[in-house]
Order: sequence, then structure tokens, then C-alpha cells
Amino acid sequence: MRERDARAYEAVHDAADFTELKRRYKNFVVPWTIAFMAWYLAYVACNNWARDFMKTQVIGNINVALVFGLLQFVSTFVIAAIYGRFANRKLDPLAAGLNAKYKRERRR
Amino acid sequence: MSLVPLLIPPSLIPLADGEPGNRVLTISLFSAVVAVTLYITWWASRQNKTAADYYAGGRSFSGAQNGLAVAGDYMSAASFLGISGSIALYGYDGFLYSIGFLVAWLVALLLVAELLRNSGRFTMADQLAFRMKQKPVRTAAATSTIVVSIFYLLAQMVGAGSLVGLLLGVKSEGVKAGVIILVGALMIVYVTIGGMKGTTWVQIVKAVLLMTGTVLITFLVMLKFDFNISKLLGAAAANSGKGEAFLQPGLLYGKDLVGQIDFLSLGLALVLGTAGLPHILIRFYTVPDSRSARRSVQWAIGLIGAFYLMTLALGFGAAALLNTAKGSPVETSKGNVASPLLAESVGGGAGSVGGSILLALIAAVAFATILAVVAGLTLTSASSFAHDLYANVIAKTKPSEKSELRVARFAAIGIGAVAIALAIPAQKLNIAFLVALAFAVAASANLPSLLFNLFWKRFNTSGAVWSIYGGLISAVVLVAFSPVVSGKPTSMITGADFAWFPLSNPGIVSIPLGFLFGVLGTYLGKDRSSEARYTELSVRALTGAGAEGVTKH
Repeated sequence: MRERDARAYEAVHDAADFTELKRRYKNFVVPWTIAFMAWYLAYVACNNWARDFMKTQVIGNINVALVFGLLQFVSTFVIAAIYGRFANRKLDPLAAGLNAKYKRERRR
Repeated sequence: MSLVPLLIPPSLIPLADGEPGNRVLTISLFSAVVAVTLYITWWASRQNKTAADYYAGGRSFSGAQNGLAVAGDYMSAASFLGISGSIALYGYDGFLYSIGFLVAWLVALLLVAELLRNSGRFTMADQLAFRMKQKPVRTAAATSTIVVSIFYLLAQMVGAGSLVGLLLGVKSEGVKAGVIILVGALMIVYVTIGGMKGTTWVQIVKAVLLMTGTVLITFLVMLKFDFNISKLLGAAAANSGKGEAFLQPGLLYGKDLVGQIDFLSLGLALVLGTAGLPHILIRFYTVPDSRSARRSVQWAIGLIGAFYLMTLALGFGAAALLNTAKGSPVETSKGNVASPLLAESVGGGAGSVGGSILLALIAAVAFATILAVVAGLTLTSASSFAHDLYANVIAKTKPSEKSELRVARFAAIGIGAVAIALAIPAQKLNIAFLVALAFAVAASANLPSLLFNLFWKRFNTSGAVWSIYGGLISAVVLVAFSPVVSGKPTSMITGADFAWFPLSNPGIVSIPLGFLFGVLGTYLGKDRSSEARYTELSVRALTGAGAEGVTKH
């Protein structure tokens, strides 16, 4: 049983679709993770070291600091939505195909 | 304006002066919360049959349901009352916590949730134990799970004691201790009887109550300011007595260079800690597949984000409408009563029927929040004790599912008892730092090993053990020798000074150390046997092949 599982995993691992799935996943999450971390740390750093910039008035009593903070919310919502769309379209179909392959291999 | 419906029976009209709101009404609503949650627990208990039911709610929750439950688990009383209170007192700086708390969910969404769902079963350790030596890895992961959960639990329970005291208008230490015992007893009941299914439904109910209450108060606050944010901010700045500075960075964090580095350190722990919090991680096992795990996080991000945006209205609203000067109730409670008192104020003010009703309502929401969060934490620690320590380390032969579940239930009672025993004496100490410390430990001990295990083939048993203990010990030791424990009038221990580490937040040092220990341990351990099953782990994590499915009855 265990051996058959291991063989099935090997077979999926060696499939071209799996290499493609891994590539798509990495090409998405690595740049986006770097981007949102840098964007967040830039905000933290501005709170510490760019206070004059943060104090700048935008409209009425709303200043750059508040707008920058609210933009962190916006970017989080947007990135979560982009990732969901990407995963539904580009990752799930490949993963489903490979999952089916795994089930076939186990029955062999 | 007042919310006076003429139908209110006279017995509900506030009686005592100097008491916040109407105690009878508050206690009735508290009892209603307890009754509803106990009913859910009893109902869920009839459906718990297998280990997957008890630990993972049968993996049958939908993405939206689990998203609500994740939000319920995450939005503790500390974020509900603490963040709005902090904004009420410190203005803009009070808002900063919530941004780290929210952005952190992207780490969980992109790097952890789905892969963990596919490769684990019941606990955080399952995913590590997949390709490593069971005993050392499970012992390490269970230790860090229990430590993080107990820190978090203590902060919640001590908060519960003083909060319920404040809301009911009682000052006696005995009553506070009684509240801690009651909260502890309830969480033990939820967890031992209801398991994950019961606990998840408690979280869902709590999340709905919390969102509804917050939307209502936010609406009433914004109504007072004609839905004009600038007007609200202006009134808050003027009433706070701090003027423009109230809307700018600097009132709470980063007063000097040490403070600025400390704030950066806090920011790192918040953003990297969420994806390593064990009680959040095990939530991803309650859904049928990785797609629903993704939906859960998306729902959670929407709910938590909306909630934190509303805390802005609550916090600045409290600053604009309440007295927050030195010696005022808001100031002496460190901001914790800002939201309840704001509810009273927008409902028509102290002594009015509308005010009393809204105050009691928000107090009951806060109470439901505390109950739900402590239940989630107790379940997490009990599961890890039974499934990781008992079944795979302590027991000489693999125990039956039945005896493992019996141990899980006893562990919940044991952990609940320990939490009660620690929380009662801890009431006299300033332990507000425990939540930040839980995040720092999660980011330093859990996240490095989770990420290495998923993405680094060479990672092995000694790497995992080193990174968990290394991250855990460095975070705890640095805090023990920091100003939050000794050396300052606000420290946990007053009258002693053994603080040589200048920062209150250890993350900036302990998180890199956690990763470094993982690398060092891996190479020094030399063991390469874990590479063999990396193929299996990576296929399973990315495709869901062979992942645990829904339990069928």
C-alpha cells in the first residue's frame, strides 16, 4: 500500500504538468510576497522616519498617514482577490488533473 | 437622538447612579450568550463520532463558514476593545496594530493555508511530522503550540476578569476571579463536549454578533458626523486636547531611535505571526479541500478588514464624544471601555434607555468574543497534547482513536485548569504584552519551520527542532530581559531591573534567529532521510493528491 502510494507520488512528481504547476505557483507568490512585504515595511518605516511627509494634509483633516494606512487595506483586498482569480484559473485545473492522475496511478 | 422604543418595560430602565448602564439587562444578555453557545455545543456533540469530527469538525465546513470562524477566532477582545481604545487615547498610532494584523493574512493566503490543508491532518505538527522523525518534531511543535496558546489564553482571561468587572460595575477582586473561573469552565465545556464542530459554530455566532454590533455603532457614530470622515477626525483631534498631533504618527510609538526600532520589530512580528498561530492554522483543516481553505482566508480578509476599518470610526468617535482626559474611565481602563461607553453615548447617553440597551449589547458582544477566542485556544492546545504528545510520543503503542480522544478531553480540562490557576494571580500584573509575545513566538518558532518544510527539500528533523526551540527560546528570553518584564514603572515586575535587552518586541532579532537556527540545525544534523518524502509532501501540498477528505457518516 505504502509503496504503491510512493510510486503514484513519484509519477505525479515527474509529470510535465507538475513542473508547470510548481513554476506557476512560485512565479506568482515570490514576487507578490516581496511586493506586499516591501509595501508594508515602507509604511512602517514612514511612520518612524518620514513623519513630515506623513503629516501632509490631503483633504480637510485627512493626512498622508491615514491615506497610506487605508491604502494598505486596499492593497490587501486587491492582492487577495488577484490571487484567488489566478489560483482558480491557473492552478486549480492543473492540480485537479494531477490529482486524477494520482488516483489512476494508485489503482495500477 | 435616542433609541427609545416605548415598548421597553420599566424594569429595564437604568436604576443605580454611577453604575455603567443597567446591570440586570447586561447580565440577561450575558446569560443569553451563554445559553445559545451551550445549546450549539450540545447540538454539535451529537454529531461528533470520529477523530476527524472532534479535531477538524468532519472537514465539512464551507469556505464562507470557516471564513467567519477564522475571523471569529482572530478578532479577540484585545482587537475589539483594545484597538478602538488605543485609537481613542493615542489617535492615529492606535490604528497601526490593525494594519499589521490585516496584511499578515496575505502570508497565510499565499504561502500557508492551502498547502497546510493538503498536507496536514489535525495539528500544526502533522505537517512537519509528514517527512521527519515523529517524536522530536512533534514534541517541539506541541511545546510551541501550547506555549503560544497559553500566552494568548492568559491575556484573554485576565482581560475577561477586568472587563466584565468594568461592564458590570464591580471592583471586587473576588468577582473578577469568579468571572475568570466561569469563563474557564465554559471554555472547558465547549471544547470537551462540542469539539471542533461546536467551537467552530461558537466562532461563527460570535463573528456575526461582533460584526452586527460594530456596524450598528459605526453607523450611529457616522450619523452624528454626517458621514463626513474629516469632520469626525477634526472633532476627535479637538476633543482629545492633543490637536493635530492626534492624527499624526508619534503619540504612542517611536519616540526615539530605540522606540522606532521597537515599532519596526512589532510590525514584523504582527505581519509574520498570524500565519504561525496554531489556533488559526488548525482552522484550515475544517474545510473539505484547498480551494475552500483559500475561500476561508478570502472571507476572513474581507471580514477582518471591514472590522478594522470600523474600529477607526469607533476609536475616533470615542475620542470625539467621550471624556478621555487623565483620570476618566476611558483613560484608567487603558481604553478598554471606550467602545462600550461610546455605544452608551450614541444610544442616547448615560441614564437613557437607548444608551443602556446599546451598552449592554456591546458588553454582551465583548463577552461572546472572549468566550469564543478562549475556546479556540483551549481546543488547539488540547488537540496538540493528545494527538502529538500522547498518541505519538508518550504512549508506548499507538493508542486507539477512542483513547486518544479521551485524552484530548482530559487535556482540555487540564489546560483550562492551568489557565484559570495562572490567570487569577496574573490579574495584578501588567500582562498586556502577552498578545504581542504570542505573535512574536509564532513568527519566530512556527513560521520558519513551516516554510522550510514546504519549500526546502534539504530541511530535516534537526533543522525543524532547532528552528522551533531556537525561535521560541530567543523570543521568550529576550522579552524576559526586556523593559516589559522589569526596570520600568510599567513593567510586569516592579522594583527590580534585569532588563539588558532594550526592545519590548523581540521579533526583529528572534525571527531571523528562528530561520538561522533552522538552516544551522539542518546542516549540522546531516540527516538526509527527510529528503526522500519531500517528493510526496510537495505533490500532496500543491495538488491535494491523497489529502484528507470530508468524513462520511
